[in-house]
Amino acid sequence: MLSAAAAAVAVMAACAGEGAPRGQAAQRPLKVVGQFELHSLDPSTSGGFFTRLQVAETLVDADLRGALQPGLATGWEASPDGLSWRFSLRPEAKFHDGTPVTAGSVAAALETARTKAGTPLATVPVAAITADGGEVRVTLSQPFAPLAAVLAHTSTQILAPSSYGRDRAVTKIVGSGPYRVERLEQPATIELTAFEQWQGKKPAITQVDYQAAGRSESRALMAESGQADVTFGMDPTSLQRLKQAGKLTIADVTLPRTILLKVNAGHTILGDVRVRRALSMALDRESMATALLRDPEMAATQLFPPSLPEWHRDSITPLAHDPSGARELLAEAGWRPGGDGILERNGDKFAVTLRTFPDRPELPVIATAIQAKLKNLGIALDVKVGNSSEIPAGHQDGSLELGLYARNYALVPDALVTLADDFGPTGAEYGAMGWNNATLTSTLNAMARGTDPEGLEDGRRQATDILQSELPVIPVAWYRQSAVVSHRVEGLSLDPFERSWRLTELTWAK
Amino acid sequence: MNFLPPTPRAPAGPALRVMRQRAIQAATVVLLVSTACFAIIQSLPGDIAFRIAAGRYGYDQVTAASADTVRAELGLDRPAWQQLLAWLGDLLTLDLGTSLVTGASVAGELGLYLSSSLQLAAAALAMALVAGATAGVLAASRPGGVLDRLTTLWVSGARSLPPFLLGLVLILVFSVHLGVLPAAGHGTAGNIVLPAVTLAVGLSGLFARVTRDTVAQIRQSDYVRFAATKGLGGGLVFLRHVLRNTGVTLLPYVGVQLLVLIEGVVVVESLFAWPGLGHALVHAIFWRDLPMIQATALALALLVVALNTVVDLGTLALDPRPRRRELVL
Repeated sequence: MLSAAAAAVAVMAACAGEGAPRGQAAQRPLKVVGQFELHSLDPSTSGGFFTRLQVAETLVDADLRGALQPGLATGWEASPDGLSWRFSLRPEAKFHDGTPVTAGSVAAALETARTKAGTPLATVPVAAITADGGEVRVTLSQPFAPLAAVLAHTSTQILAPSSYGRDRAVTKIVGSGPYRVERLEQPATIELTAFEQWQGKKPAITQVDYQAAGRSESRALMAESGQADVTFGMDPTSLQRLKQAGKLTIADVTLPRTILLKVNAGHTILGDVRVRRALSMALDRESMATALLRDPEMAATQLFPPSLPEWHRDSITPLAHDPSGARELLAEAGWRPGGDGILERNGDKFAVTLRTFPDRPELPVIATAIQAKLKNLGIALDVKVGNSSEIPAGHQDGSLELGLYARNYALVPDALVTLADDFGPTGAEYGAMGWNNATLTSTLNAMARGTDPEGLEDGRRQATDILQSELPVIPVAWYRQSAVVSHRVEGLSLDPFERSWRLTELTWAK
Repeated sequence: MNFLPPTPRAPAGPALRVMRQRAIQAATVVLLVSTACFAIIQSLPGDIAFRIAAGRYGYDQVTAASADTVRAELGLDRPAWQQLLAWLGDLLTLDLGTSLVTGASVAGELGLYLSSSLQLAAAALAMALVAGATAGVLAASRPGGVLDRLTTLWVSGARSLPPFLLGLVLILVFSVHLGVLPAAGHGTAGNIVLPAVTLAVGLSGLFARVTRDTVAQIRQSDYVRFAATKGLGGGLVFLRHVLRNTGVTLLPYVGVQLLVLIEGVVVVESLFAWPGLGHALVHAIFWRDLPMIQATALALALLVVALNTVVDLGTLALDPRPRRRELVL
């Protein structure tokens, strides 16, 4: 019975898609399907839903290359000492409740945003955010050049005063973007309608429904059946199947996100840079990318993917697979194979633990591939798949040895903000651990102060060289984001910075 | 609730007795379940504050700072007994609190999940009952006949098919191939059909089996044969004697299956992106969202008590013969 049913699935999958309904498009809402659920309305925890859906705006926006653009603010300037920034607001901008966007309401929204721990704005040395005439003034206690980029982060989205309830908790989403929220049913449904009083170009599609579906098989079937117009979060296998079927359009873009191994450099074994280099050489990144991600181009040759053009360098010596080189480095560091084939030094075995988590389904699979490669070198790697929070918790209590995760370097469009934090003198939960480099710290700090705009290029070169040779984190793979688009819609372009799903640019197919 | 001493009391009707027993049971269940949940969560490995922060902020943004904020805000530093007492105190005032992760009222979230789960369970149960019981009765009319054998085939087929695979097949047929029903999701009327059918297929087999055996057995009983001997027509015998007696067996069985449907269908819920209780409980445990876990577990436990009560009362109505001797003074 089971095999009969499985055969039936295969047959039906083969001839699927032919009967999917088409046409009558303009009458219905655009259906967007993704893997993430909406758990909270607070801008610091809503996972960027309302900026991606263009309901709420940030003061500063960014284009597809990460260059800063006017958002709710039409322009900004910093005082010569870099301590006072003024943002002028788009005149006539209105919130979805019909009230005008004032400097006062923007300052209040930002003052609330900067109290949220763990957000980029909370780490900026802000002294005060105030309304000054029709402008918003941000006063800093020390210069911070990437401030405008931080104000493009989704956690700084500007909500109307009517969004906030008791204790400044967000009770509803009243933004100022081209779409307004029509209905919310947490955790899985968001319905939007075009905002009538939006002053910019009116979106061609006036109604949008977002639906979360947790399983990638379900999402693939929703795309295939024509239930979804735009589907995000495809697993490599489904994507390959849909590509081969050729009935749907697939849009993709490389993200500034890297899968990497965080290494505890304060550890007795891993503190040796030769050992870290050997670990890096042991990885067969190309095979992992081909077999596990089904995308050989995603093998990382350096920390920064090509989607971060300012930081990615074609000229840098790429990280390569070199098992014999790895053996030599380990021997140089004093590691000799023991009786059971596991490396030993002064009676200690080379046994370490790698922690990872299943939220991104490829991580546990990559972890086991790494385990197999290291076993060939005589390294006993214990893989522990648990909750994502065990990596920051292990960083905090010092118990982490190796961690595998994906890091987004452009949560703020200027990667400098994330880097300065990740590779600062004390390290960070998703950055270096037990490692610091005075040259790197001073370079990143100088860049953040912004006193020498000419030195930025040199600074980036210096920083990438240090990261590539010292390997405080070992890059494994880059990321490609794909979306499956039905034939009913046209014009989808993906944003590598994942700031917006750019639904206002979509049109119904003629 | 009735906390009267159990000694001299007025003779109560059987229905009232059932209700009183169940009320005491409900109160005990509330106390035990919430304490047990609390103890289990506290003893799980890992730092609760980090877990909650991961749920709130998404995994790339969990830092020691955000975990500390969570810890301070929620008073996770307090001794465990104080936290438990605070929760029980809130419960006495019927306040389920707010979710640690979403910040929304637990009662509101629970309402959505519970009503989705109940809707799905009711739809699946209705379909399964109609199909299963009908097939069972027909099969029992001629044991060993073609219909009986077909039913047996259906029962073993339906039971051996894992719901996940069946769900995929249904989506492929009705959504991808025929394009008549939505594949997954929640919110429109068509969304419930496929998950309900997926659950109903497996269940209908069980119902058909139980109905068939019970009906066949009752048909052989002395009282049915006597009814036929005294000259009642086949239809009347079936309605008055067979159906009612089958109900006595079938009703408790349906009750148990309904519980399984509400509580144990996480796989089907996740395949069809249906926001049900199972889904909610799994997420809440993953994030250590204590009020949500406790409220969900409590709702499930009380549901068991409530359903058992309904089943007891229903059985009592179908079969009012006294269950025990009572000495009426």
